[in-house]
Amino acid sequence: MSVELDVFVGNTTIMDKEVYQLWLNGYTVNDAVKVRIEGGVMEECEASAEVLLSDTMDQFRTFQMCERLLQNPAKLANQLLFQIPPDRQAMLIERYYAFDDDVVREVLGKKLSKGTKKDLDDVSAKTGITLKSCRRQFDNFKRVFKVVEELKGPLVENIKQHFLLPDQLARDYAAIVFFANNRFETGKKKLQYLTFQDFAFCAGQLINNWTVGAVDNMVEDMDVDLDKEFLQDLKDLKILITDKDLLDQHKSLVCVALRGKTKVFNEMEANFKNLSRGLVNIAAKLTNTKDVRDFFIDLVEKFIEPCKSDKWTATDVNLYLTHYTNSAHILDTFKHQNVWTRYMGVIKSCILRMYHE
Amino acid sequence: MPGKLKAKIVAGRHLPVMDRASDLTDAFVEVKFGNTTFKTDVYPKSLNPQWNSEWFKFEVDDEDLQDEPLQITVLDHDTYSANDAIGKVYIDIDPLLSSEAATVISGWFPIYDTIHGIRGEINVLVKVELFNDLNRFRQSSCGVKFFCTTSIPRCYRAVMVHGFVEELVVNEDPEYQWIDRIRTPRASNEARQRLISLMSGELQRKIGLKVLEMGGNAVVGYLQCFDLEGESGLVVRAIGTACTLDKLSNTYTPATAINPCNSSPSKDIKDSPQAVPSALGCRSTHSSPVHSASSRLSQGFSVSVPTLLFAGMKHRHRSSDGPRARQCRAGFGEEAPGVPLSSGPPTPLRAQTFSSFSPSKSYSRQSSSSDTELSLTPKTARICLSPSSPTLQSKSSPIPTTKALRSTTPPPLHVSQSDTAMLRKSVSFSEDLLLAASGMGSGGSAGKEAGPLKALLRQQTQTALEQREFPFFTLTSFPPGFLLHVGGVVSARSVKLLDRIHNPALGNTRSYKLLDWNSFTADEPETRDAWWEEIRQEIKSHAKALGCHAVVGYSESTSICEEVCILSASGTAAILSSRFMQDSALDTEHRLSRQQASVFTSGAEKGEGDMGSTASLGFEDLMSPGCAFCHIPYDELNMPFPAQLTYCHCCRRYKVPDVLFTTIDLPTEANVTGKGCLIQARLCRTKKKAQGEGNATAISNLLPFLEYELHTQLMNKLKLRSMNALFGLRIQISVGENMLLGLASATGVYLTALPSPGGIQIAGKTPSDITYEQHISNMQKKINDTIAKNKELYEINPPDLVEEVIGSPIPEPRQRSRLFRSHSESSDEVSELDLSHGKKDAFVLEIDDTDAVEDIHSLLTDAPTPPGFYSCNTEIMPGIYNWTSALQMFTSVRVFRLSNVNLTNQGLNKVFNDLCENLLKSLYFKLRSMVPCCLCHVNFTVAVPEDELIQVAVTAVAMSFDKDQTQENGRQSIDKNLMKAITENEDQLQFPLELSAESSSNPLNSAKGLSEVSGPLPSARDRCSSWIEQLRLKAHTIRCGSIKTMSSLEKASPLPEGRSRSLRSNRSYAGSSVTVVKMTPLSFIPGTKIIKYLGIINMFFIRETTSLREEGGVSGFLHSFIAEVFAMVRAHVAALGGNAVVSYNMKECVFMENPNKNQAQCLINVSGDAVIFVRESELEATPPQPHSASAQTSSSGEGT
Repeated sequence: MSVELDVFVGNTTIMDKEVYQLWLNGYTVNDAVKVRIEGGVMEECEASAEVLLSDTMDQFRTFQMCERLLQNPAKLANQLLFQIPPDRQAMLIERYYAFDDDVVREVLGKKLSKGTKKDLDDVSAKTGITLKSCRRQFDNFKRVFKVVEELKGPLVENIKQHFLLPDQLARDYAAIVFFANNRFETGKKKLQYLTFQDFAFCAGQLINNWTVGAVDNMVEDMDVDLDKEFLQDLKDLKILITDKDLLDQHKSLVCVALRGKTKVFNEMEANFKNLSRGLVNIAAKLTNTKDVRDFFIDLVEKFIEPCKSDKWTATDVNLYLTHYTNSAHILDTFKHQNVWTRYMGVIKSCILRMYHE
Repeated sequence: MPGKLKAKIVAGRHLPVMDRASDLTDAFVEVKFGNTTFKTDVYPKSLNPQWNSEWFKFEVDDEDLQDEPLQITVLDHDTYSANDAIGKVYIDIDPLLSSEAATVISGWFPIYDTIHGIRGEINVLVKVELFNDLNRFRQSSCGVKFFCTTSIPRCYRAVMVHGFVEELVVNEDPEYQWIDRIRTPRASNEARQRLISLMSGELQRKIGLKVLEMGGNAVVGYLQCFDLEGESGLVVRAIGTACTLDKLSNTYTPATAINPCNSSPSKDIKDSPQAVPSALGCRSTHSSPVHSASSRLSQGFSVSVPTLLFAGMKHRHRSSDGPRARQCRAGFGEEAPGVPLSSGPPTPLRAQTFSSFSPSKSYSRQSSSSDTELSLTPKTARICLSPSSPTLQSKSSPIPTTKALRSTTPPPLHVSQSDTAMLRKSVSFSEDLLLAASGMGSGGSAGKEAGPLKALLRQQTQTALEQREFPFFTLTSFPPGFLLHVGGVVSARSVKLLDRIHNPALGNTRSYKLLDWNSFTADEPETRDAWWEEIRQEIKSHAKALGCHAVVGYSESTSICEEVCILSASGTAAILSSRFMQDSALDTEHRLSRQQASVFTSGAEKGEGDMGSTASLGFEDLMSPGCAFCHIPYDELNMPFPAQLTYCHCCRRYKVPDVLFTTIDLPTEANVTGKGCLIQARLCRTKKKAQGEGNATAISNLLPFLEYELHTQLMNKLKLRSMNALFGLRIQISVGENMLLGLASATGVYLTALPSPGGIQIAGKTPSDITYEQHISNMQKKINDTIAKNKELYEINPPDLVEEVIGSPIPEPRQRSRLFRSHSESSDEVSELDLSHGKKDAFVLEIDDTDAVEDIHSLLTDAPTPPGFYSCNTEIMPGIYNWTSALQMFTSVRVFRLSNVNLTNQGLNKVFNDLCENLLKSLYFKLRSMVPCCLCHVNFTVAVPEDELIQVAVTAVAMSFDKDQTQENGRQSIDKNLMKAITENEDQLQFPLELSAESSSNPLNSAKGLSEVSGPLPSARDRCSSWIEQLRLKAHTIRCGSIKTMSSLEKASPLPEGRSRSLRSNRSYAGSSVTVVKMTPLSFIPGTKIIKYLGIINMFFIRETTSLREEGGVSGFLHSFIAEVFAMVRAHVAALGGNAVVSYNMKECVFMENPNKNQAQCLINVSGDAVIFVRESELEATPPQPHSASAQTSSSGEGT
């Protein structure tokens, strides 16, 4: 004796957020039922395991039917099959496109190809997130990437429009797309301590300041690539380290400003030239794709690690970078103020974000 | 040629990829109406084509306009091979034919394919120009409005209720035509869909004609059904109640809504004297002109006699066709005794009714001249029928005649129903039936069986008139003052052997492919038409036996298995006020009542004590309607069945029965104590597999027992809940190869007017055994506990006064016998027996009886609804008034496979019972976020699709209500503000927060839940409210969250039309967003006002798959199909300009599977009324009534 068929269809599609999450997490129906039983729904509503199973199966089926629409969220709003209130639609989409930082951290900067997808079982094993969920997340990255890759205009806005995502999530996706497009190296051991949110923040900085769209919104260009002209201009900054006078002048200005304000003054003074050289060299090399990829690793090796070994606090770093940037403006012979500001603004916020004490 | 239909194909979207190479589609559209087809250009390489076609114009007869759907086919152009069909849209243009309904159909329709389901959408514009042809009512019935709603539609006023209309058409089922073997499943399905669409159109047109003949302008409670008889054909039948409706002019609707053109017929009626008592029912002759009335009658009646339940289970072999059909009827009138008939209101009523029979003659003016009365012109009919005193005098005269027929008993009052000499025979005949049915005067009636009667009837063909008139009403709720007394449930069933309908296509001279079966049945005695005729006749006689002249809440259904078909009809015997049957001024009515009263005093020998007061009572009843409908309509000394009578607990003046069963909704004025609840009796009986007649016999033999046991179960469950009345009773019997299923659902309530029910007492037969006694006392204790619990749960605290009541001792019949004599009417015991006094006031169950053990078992296994939930199968739950606007309509289907074929009856019962219980539990769980809420209009349908399968389908609506009903004014105003805020909020969201899953829903009721926490509460409620409190908190946080996301969404997604997205605005999805369409099986939406009815929705879909596994198995397949059906209904409503479907009903859900072949097929038929509603808060005209749910629109209808 068995229930052969069991369906429930509401005029307004009923979706339980909790069950939706279980589905998104890639649970099987039976596992989901277990989780729900442990969650205590049964006692709360005087339900039996049978009822719970039926409900879970039914909802999983609904989600599966919706999945096609979720992959094209704009369709969800004007399809006729499911009547879902707008706030629910937003919730469905948001959660469908939500991802685990751990998972995205693993694939960040990698090419979103079949090869990477094949490696997802490793990711799954490493993160403890079901393969099914990893695949959904990966497919989402890839889908978003494909759609916005060739689009003109601001990246975040494009993502928001095509996938109806809330602002924060759209920014995260922009970061993922940006990383995937520029293939930034994030997997090195030295970078392991950085979270996805750290990278997302940096990506935001880069997108907002270093792409073509950042300068001029009206330009019919893409937001996913760095501004080539700007990268060329960065070479001019080299003067800060190649011109001995300028370097000394810069150093003394910074020292004057910082004296007495930081406990690591001596270390700073001793390291100034190294640090400055590091940062300017990063700038100068960014015309090479290879060096762009190593951008984050360079920041860590050339700046963050030296500071760390000298036990700088975040405040110290902040103070230093502020004065380091500002002092350059006072240098009479330094003509590249605009480029400098554009460069250092991003570098400063990236370093501060990446500087974990 | 009075119509021009215009259609324009605008665009498509989300089309499927038809060309794998390019991943695109070259789509074009064919628009077909009748035999004319137009095509659009091919829009190449797009999934979102913009055809923007010219207006395609069809010049057609309005007859065709009514019958035919507009058929739109989307195809993929293929240069080298045949064009591939993507899918179709059928658009019923009927709503455009009534100028009061929609004026244009415009919107996105899902493109539907019977194999692939919905494949994209198409935007279509349809208009109709109807020429003002004065003769247009000749062949078509444009302008007659149809409503599925079984009450007077909310924005109309009933001027007159004309009565019963019915029609059926038959055809061969394309699925079973030889050609089906060579054509594709898709072609077959489409042929079927199209045929049924045509047949429905035709049916509706014909019913419309009948309505016009009767002088009405609308059909209310329109119920259309399909009988898929398999090999023997396809029957589409419909019943309804013809009315003359007037649009209520209110401030919010544009004045133009009242269309002079359309309302003209009704005005005629009102003004012309012809409108005087209109027929209660009219089966006008034209529907079956060729039938010889006498043959039909004899056929009908000879089998009706077996109505007597056990005694009367006779089979009669038809002499002409051999023993092909066996018949069995089981009917039971409920134990609903009545007030002495002498009471005022019934009397005038009767007078009206009788006279009203005749005007229907006038309505048959279009029919063939074979019937004698046809020669009467409307005018003459009117003259003889006008309720003047001479006529009435003559009415009283037949009484002696009929009296002669019954030797022992005084004539029941309805004898006087024979209003003209011409009808006498038929009356006496039904009188005879009545005698038989009530088990009285058995000697006399026995002798009068079929033979002599038949002879009489043959001589008197004109009695056919009486036969055609069925005083039936498909309405379930009535304008105040219309329903005077309720007798009880009347039902009839008949088992028939289907046999191939003679190929109607042969010898059909009409070019029209569809056939009106009636016109071909002259020499084919076994017609579907005649079958129903018989059943209705029987129902009518049952009603008479209950002293009632009308049947309300009437419905018909069938269950078919192989070649056996069970026809069922049921309704509630009632006495109606004449108010809506004529436009009489009040004074006429009263004059009549006085006259009639005098007639009665002289004619009847009962010497009722109350008699003297009759005249004044007419008013009295109107003034205290809260209990009036419970007063027995029949004569106390001459009760048609045994029942206990007491004086009404409200007015103490009239007699009421101890229990009342009805098929109608609870009258709004009824006084109810506490809350109600859904009560179900479920039964499963095994049956040997058999073929043909043997099978029919077996079923016939089982039926009465099944029905009897269902009734017993209902009664027991009612007592267990301490309730005394059932409303909305619906008994469904389904037949399968090896079992019979019975499911009775009703809403139990405690009617204040009726006596408090006694408890249930268990008795064992061997009291000597101590352990046994213990066992019994345990059970007794359990039952008593349950009763006590239920009383608390349903808040049933009748005033104690009730118990001591009344001077005269209440006759307490012996309980045991009562239990088993619930089929009273048909039982052949003599009534005096039941009047003997037994002092127990409890129902006795003897558990030695295996049946009783079962009963007790089922009593105790019925799980109570979880806290915060109520359920009922009527429109609204008695005792709940403050509904919020949160509602959720749903359909749930379950199929259960019995793996063990050799189940006993008990085993089967348990399985079936569990199936239903679990289904309910699942529903409660699913809808838990709406708590406190009530499942309303819970409609179960059972079927036995295959040997070992049981299918149960439920459609219902969950409505949240505001728990705290007794609030101080201050709080109320706060709540009102809150409500306003919420509705505003909702509007902002363009979507009511209706769903509420988990929490986001309904801050309103949760907030009130909070307010309630403060008060002292019984434990159960306490728990519930704390739960609500939790929900509220959750809701609060989540709500804020959701609104935030909403606003961000708003930013992202453009507002409908016009405003394009900042960037790629030309993308298809940048278009309009989807209109929200609410659906509900009820006739209203709480908190809103329906301002316009746009027309009836009646859709039939077939879906088939040959890749069942790939579609997610049977569940996945059916899930998406039901979702698709909803989507198509919503799309059609939205295209008509509506925002809701009321009185939604899924009438058919036939599911067949063949997992081995990876195939499944499903047919679904749904109906409802498309409407436009506005929120009451938006109207701002009047403060929202606290009882908005129960408040009837019709206060104005009472204007007289």
